[in-house]
Amino acid sequence: MTGPLVSVEGLRVLFKSADRTVHAVNGVDFALQPGEVLGLLGESGSGKSVTLKALLRLLPASRTTLSGKVTVAGHDVLSMDERALRQYRGGVVSMIFQEPMLAFDPVFTVGDQIAEAVMRHEDVGRAAARGRALEMLERVRIPSAKRRLDAYPHEMSGGMRQRAMIALALACKPQLLLADEPTTALDATVQIQILLLLRELQKEFGMAVIFVTHDVGVAVEVSDRMAVMYGGRIVERGSAADVIRRTAHPYPQGLLASTVHGAMRGTRLEAIPGAPPDLSRMPTGCAFAPRCRLADDTCRSVAPPIAALAPGHEAECHQPRVLSA
Amino acid sequence: MSASIPQGIADEDIGGPAQPLLSIRGLVKHFPIKGGVLNRTVAVVQAVDGIDFDVAKGETLGIVGESGCGKSTTARLLVRLIDPDAGEVLYDGLKIGAQDGLDLREMRRHVQMVFQDSFASLNPRLTIEDSISFGPKVHGLGAKEAKARARELLQQVGLNPNLFVRRYPHELSGGQRQRVNIARALALRPRLVILDEAVSALDKSVEAQVLNLLQDLKAELGLTYVFISHDLNVVRYMSDRVMVMYLGRVAEIGPVDAIYGNPRHPYTKALLSAMPSMDPDARTQEAPIAGDPPNPINPPAGCRFHTRCPFSEPVCAAKVPDLAAVAGDAKHAVACHMNVAGSGHSRTAGAA
Ligand SMILES: Nc1ncnc2c1ncn2[C@@H]1O[C@H](COP(=O)(O)OP(=O)(O)OP(=O)(O)O)[C@@H](O)[C@H]1O
Ligand SMILES: Nc1ncnc2c1ncn2[C@@H]1O[C@H](COP(=O)(O)OP(=O)(O)OP(=O)(O)O)[C@@H](O)[C@H]1O
Ligand code: SF4
Ligand SMILES: [Mg+2]
Ligand SMILES: [Mg+2]
Repeated sequence: MTGPLVSVEGLRVLFKSADRTVHAVNGVDFALQPGEVLGLLGESGSGKSVTLKALLRLLPASRTTLSGKVTVAGHDVLSMDERALRQYRGGVVSMIFQEPMLAFDPVFTVGDQIAEAVMRHEDVGRAAARGRALEMLERVRIPSAKRRLDAYPHEMSGGMRQRAMIALALACKPQLLLADEPTTALDATVQIQILLLLRELQKEFGMAVIFVTHDVGVAVEVSDRMAVMYGGRIVERGSAADVIRRTAHPYPQGLLASTVHGAMRGTRLEAIPGAPPDLSRMPTGCAFAPRCRLADDTCRSVAPPIAALAPGHEAECHQPRVLSA
Repeated sequence: MSASIPQGIADEDIGGPAQPLLSIRGLVKHFPIKGGVLNRTVAVVQAVDGIDFDVAKGETLGIVGESGCGKSTTARLLVRLIDPDAGEVLYDGLKIGAQDGLDLREMRRHVQMVFQDSFASLNPRLTIEDSISFGPKVHGLGAKEAKARARELLQQVGLNPNLFVRRYPHELSGGQRQRVNIARALALRPRLVILDEAVSALDKSVEAQVLNLLQDLKAELGLTYVFISHDLNVVRYMSDRVMVMYLGRVAEIGPVDAIYGNPRHPYTKALLSAMPSMDPDARTQEAPIAGDPPNPINPPAGCRFHTRCPFSEPVCAAKVPDLAAVAGDAKHAVACHMNVAGSGHSRTAGAA
């Protein structure tokens, strides 16, 4: 197959309830090459998790309106039926979460669940599938892996459960891994171990990864490219260095300026004023305009165009100004 | 100020500026775990296991450490939401709860706490105004004065009283709710505020607003803070001194620049080098330590870090290291056998 592994065009996700419509994702476009790692950054409610769930069709069908075009490894994701989705999930694309108990069933052992997943996607017997489960637990460096095959998820420590969830997600060698804040709940000394493990496995398996986080440092550790979301759209994208060092959009600029790091004692933090937008009442112009120090009448009334700053580096803003850090 | 709560003994600065506002000595809190048909104690969580530290007047003491190391238990002991099993807490030289000391009710007026969960700590059925004025009313302030104080405090934390007094907690954003919690903590005019993960649930852009606010209020009102967070960057930004905890004990304590610039405990070093890089060209290449933190039920004997420490030797498993000053810096103390000459560790300052 040539061309990108993932192609997302004009993705929109609406949640309808009796009294309001939430515009969670409002026209997201991106492409991902095989083996590439995209870090997806943004504040709470900016649409990061919903974007990932749309790629796996995990949103409640009755209340969700999905539109746009999503292609992953040749599959037209938004038009797949349930049968096709079962093969697609876990086989082509896997997901890991902040809370590993979302991925595991508490009443089955870890080994059985990994073996089960392998048998669902590949034509192998139980013994071979158990063998793969053991291999995966060793691969993610769970101590005494053989014994842990028969452990229940709750019998493991937090860091170990996270490793087991990675083993489960990668057992069928997916081409794309979706990671939704998988290290946010972990201790600092454990988080860095898991980030390095993911980096290593990603290279070894040659899979593409979309890694969602709200932590700039975590995104820097794992990403080739980065995209920053605000109000359900990607407002800036580029290489990690473009987005961190040559930031052009006022929102990621503000996000970086307000992120405490290094020796900043005694200096006042440059906070972004105000609060994130109400997704049931999106403005017609730029969603960031109410909080933006540069906003003018055009910003408030006209949706901003995409400004190309360098090859692969884009910002969605009427007045992009590269601030070099 | 026309309206004031009757003055108590602890309103004045009793011991002078050199006397610590808080002195903690040998503080212990163990939680029994019950189980079985007889509901007997089957295990004990050594949440806080003999810690000593001071909080100087006007300073911010940061407390860091990984999940379960005892930060919140320490905080709850300081405000006496729970009682210690052993040890004592002196407030400006007065022993809390003792006959000749400071009674609990009065102490609670001077020591206030702000929690992480801004939602759970506000009563959903009370308006913002009622939430903030509740404490002062309980402590004897008239209804009218208490309301006036609530409005004044809302202004101080950057919320327009005219827009917010009548609102309920669910009508506020997370950052606004945390401002209300801070206003409520300040309503009794405390001298010490304990902030337990007070900004951890907020988005970065909103976190910065609240950190700025906390710095302003501290300067304006002459407050003392104990600032607890698992975010090492935020603790560095806020604190004058920093205490690093590991499994219920103090691993290291000292001035912020000493802890971040010249850490001495192997755990502090590991914690600092576990921080993600902010530089795409200098990503972390190796994890500083392997494995998960051990369980605080039956923690390791001796130095609690010895099961993960790259420098562990037999003495580390055999003997608990004392928290002792680092040579040349009386303000910087570390609990590690490598810091004590003659401890039996091969890497002590004296040993070759
Ligand atoms: N099933 C759902 N029904 C209705 N609204 C939803 C649903 N799932 C998400 N939303 C809303 O969609 C918006 C985007 O949510 P999303 O979970 O993608 O945010 P996020 O960027 O992942 O934030 P966080 O960092 O807090 O995880 C939010 O306003 C959320 O409340
Ligand atoms: N009421 C309780 N009963 C039993 N165990 C408790 C109780 N409160 C705390 N613990 C245990 O004591 C230990 C210390 O908990 P504490 O809440 O002080 O940790 P912490 O450092 O604040 O962690 P975190 O960073 O996760 O907030 C933990 O193992 C915790 O499970
Ligand atoms: S006392 Fe021993 S185990 Fe503990 S930190 Fe020092 S060298 Fe490591
Ligand atoms: Mg999310
Ligand atoms: Mg805590």
